[in-house]
Amino acid sequence: MPAIVIAALIAILPLLFPSAYYYRIGVLVFVFALAVVGLNLLMGFAGPVSLGPAGFLGIGAYSVAIGPVHLGMPSWLCLLGGALLSGAIAFLVGRPILKLKGHYLAVATLGLGLLLAIVLTNEARWTGGPDGMSVPRLVLFGWSVRGATTWYWIAGATFVAGFVLALNLMDSPTGRALQAIHDSEIAARVLGIDVARKKLAIFVISAIYASVAGSFLALFNGYITPDAAGFLRSIELVAMVVLGGMGSIVGSLVGAIVLVVLPQVLTVFHDYEQALLGLIVMVFMIFLRRGIVPSLAVALAGWRK
Amino acid sequence: MAELLQFISSGLTVGAIYALVALGFTLIYKASDIINFAQGEFVMLGGMTTVFVTLAGVPLPLAALIAVVSTTAIGVALHRFAIEPARGASPVALIMITIGASIFLRGVAQIVFDRRFHSLPPVFGADPIQFGGAAILPQSLVVLASATVIVTVLWLFIERTLLGKAVIATAANRLAARLIGIDTRRVVALSFAVSAAIGAIAGILITPIALTSYDAGTLLALKGFAAAMLGGIGSAPGAVVGGLLIGMMEAFAAGYISSNYKDAVAFLIILAVLLSIPQGLFGRAKVERV
Amino acid sequence: MMILEAERLSVSFGGVRAVDEVSIAVEAGQVFSIIGPNGSGKTTLFNLVSGIYTPNHGSIRFAGETVTGLEPDRLARRGLSRTFQNLQIFLRMSVLENVMVGHHRHEDTGILADLMHWPSVRRQNAATREVALAALARVGLADDAGQASGSLSYGALKRLEIARALASDPKLLLLDEPAAGCNPVETQEIDRVIRSLVRDGITVMLVEHDMRLVMNISDRVHVLARGRTLAEGTPEEVRSNAAVIEAYLGDHGAKEAVRAFG
Repeated sequence: MPAIVIAALIAILPLLFPSAYYYRIGVLVFVFALAVVGLNLLMGFAGPVSLGPAGFLGIGAYSVAIGPVHLGMPSWLCLLGGALLSGAIAFLVGRPILKLKGHYLAVATLGLGLLLAIVLTNEARWTGGPDGMSVPRLVLFGWSVRGATTWYWIAGATFVAGFVLALNLMDSPTGRALQAIHDSEIAARVLGIDVARKKLAIFVISAIYASVAGSFLALFNGYITPDAAGFLRSIELVAMVVLGGMGSIVGSLVGAIVLVVLPQVLTVFHDYEQALLGLIVMVFMIFLRRGIVPSLAVALAGWRK
Repeated sequence: MAELLQFISSGLTVGAIYALVALGFTLIYKASDIINFAQGEFVMLGGMTTVFVTLAGVPLPLAALIAVVSTTAIGVALHRFAIEPARGASPVALIMITIGASIFLRGVAQIVFDRRFHSLPPVFGADPIQFGGAAILPQSLVVLASATVIVTVLWLFIERTLLGKAVIATAANRLAARLIGIDTRRVVALSFAVSAAIGAIAGILITPIALTSYDAGTLLALKGFAAAMLGGIGSAPGAVVGGLLIGMMEAFAAGYISSNYKDAVAFLIILAVLLSIPQGLFGRAKVERV
Repeated sequence: MMILEAERLSVSFGGVRAVDEVSIAVEAGQVFSIIGPNGSGKTTLFNLVSGIYTPNHGSIRFAGETVTGLEPDRLARRGLSRTFQNLQIFLRMSVLENVMVGHHRHEDTGILADLMHWPSVRRQNAATREVALAALARVGLADDAGQASGSLSYGALKRLEIARALASDPKLLLLDEPAAGCNPVETQEIDRVIRSLVRDGITVMLVEHDMRLVMNISDRVHVLARGRTLAEGTPEEVRSNAAVIEAYLGDHGAKEAVRAFG
């Protein structure tokens, strides 16, 4: 049901767009929202906090850059390959890392994200180093995908697909197990849930979401720098999850909208952009600490009464 | 041998700064369970304020004092206006608040100061001291001596004063501390003040060696956070040892492997340590109670 | 047939022997209670049996197989479930969803199917819902299925935990102080629920302070004091055991003990 509403909104919204610039913003919102939905499945539903999700975003982004440029592979195959690689890395490192709790988990995921970013920065022969590299256009069945309008529909459709998959997962045995783990690991275990395996599964899924989003970002921008995998990008993704609402899939979209649109608006303030951004994050977290969507839901319920 | 000595001296110098940042993390964490990601900005503010106040013609010692006092005030303000109103928020929300504060302070710094790199004159000149074939900067000795003094004073304060005991009590059990009449809110405010002051001093000390700029705090915070974790979060000796270890590992990695990968090596080793001893070097394992 | 046999279990924390050489044997289909003063190791024994702690010494056999050191989820999949003294409710989930989680070990859908919401998942969700509703009905919470779990009273949450454990269809169910903090009516309700479980062939192990409940319902009672076994027997035998009365309530309490046990 929410999926249909959102798909309809995505379809209708362009009627109100005065220029191609708005399509561009739309693409960025969908791409980030996709990564944020994946991260929210991990952080919001299952519980483990990750401070390094941009690492997987970076893998996806560089896959569609390095594959076509250096290996002559088609972009769409590299997108899938990147997702597979992200999933494989998450699978390999996830088991030991996810055993950690709280702040230790935070620093481990942070370290993992930084390591990936450092590799991307330093392997200049492959990645172009800190200056980044250009990304060839996506070509599908001989059709070269270009223009913000086209990407708007592709990214929008992909986001809706990711959104639906996430909602499906939550209304399934795995989804219930994940939510149970978040509230009480010990109770989940005595009910027969293999906590380590479930956490690993969602960690892999969330890495794949991030990777696909990263590939889209790179293909759309036509250019990629290691910043895509950096600490600030990770924090931005986590902020989108928390701002929109942990455990709210709709909130993931709202969080992405706020943090993609806001900086665009704030560029008007030039030098004050960063200070304002920091201030807004703080104010939101202090006064809407559960996130925008859950806080609104509570307010709405109260108002109805 | 000379090379080894060189790496050790530069590793200890940077490590001492990481240790001070980690100590700042630890103090606030002990008092409030909050990981303050704006800790790196305290270091940046200490360095940048000193630079700009000296540029205005104020003598260095006075400028340093102004920097420490103003950064401390900012630390207290951070607690008063961002942490205190968010009492009871989830740990992730609190982390996001301190990250928001860190972005905010960085943004303000680039308005008030500028976006360029700055340095300060070393206290005892820039001529290296030859020792066993290694060239050691006099400022390195200043950093190490100051860090030792700060750690000692902090230790004496915690162990020997009533206020210090209140900090220990708050760290051990906040509710119990409140029940025996300790104003835990003031203890948390104090921890922010002291952490900010320590951060500012670290920033002033390191600026003559490593340049500073409005965004120098991020990486320092990450390294300091990692150091605190390596030592076992909440353990003050752990923070110091963790900081020194990371500084040394970086220096050796930069020297023997590649300076491009020095950050990577530090985080690799932290990951390895966390995965083999999940509670850090000095932390205690917890038995789950149900 | 013995469903659970624990041989000379010991575990220490920081030099303190929380459980010291305790052996128990639980007959299938019975109610086996563990009593003892606070700090005598009852919950620790539960944590050992349910796999949350690993014993330093001793062995545990469940349904004829050695399970010492097995993880709680592996034990759960063999049919051992439990409730907690300090409630462990999934507070973000509804009452019904809490109990649905209990059925997890019988759910067999893959993660891909879960993502795609294939028909097998729909069928599984419906089947799990049936089981959960039935379990809720057994503890008298059928009407609260749609509520947020946080809105239930303390006594209802205790029963919710029992329903959740029941949904896993256990052979052996460990109840850790199910009546603690319950009023007499709620305690009566728990008494009724336990009896109905036993009728259905579920073996129940009980840690409980409410002596009236314990003495009414148990087939055997095992008494712990300072981590060691003090006595074991039928409720009558334990009730009249002088050592038990003394250890349990001290000399002063002996009179009250007679009243309480009586």
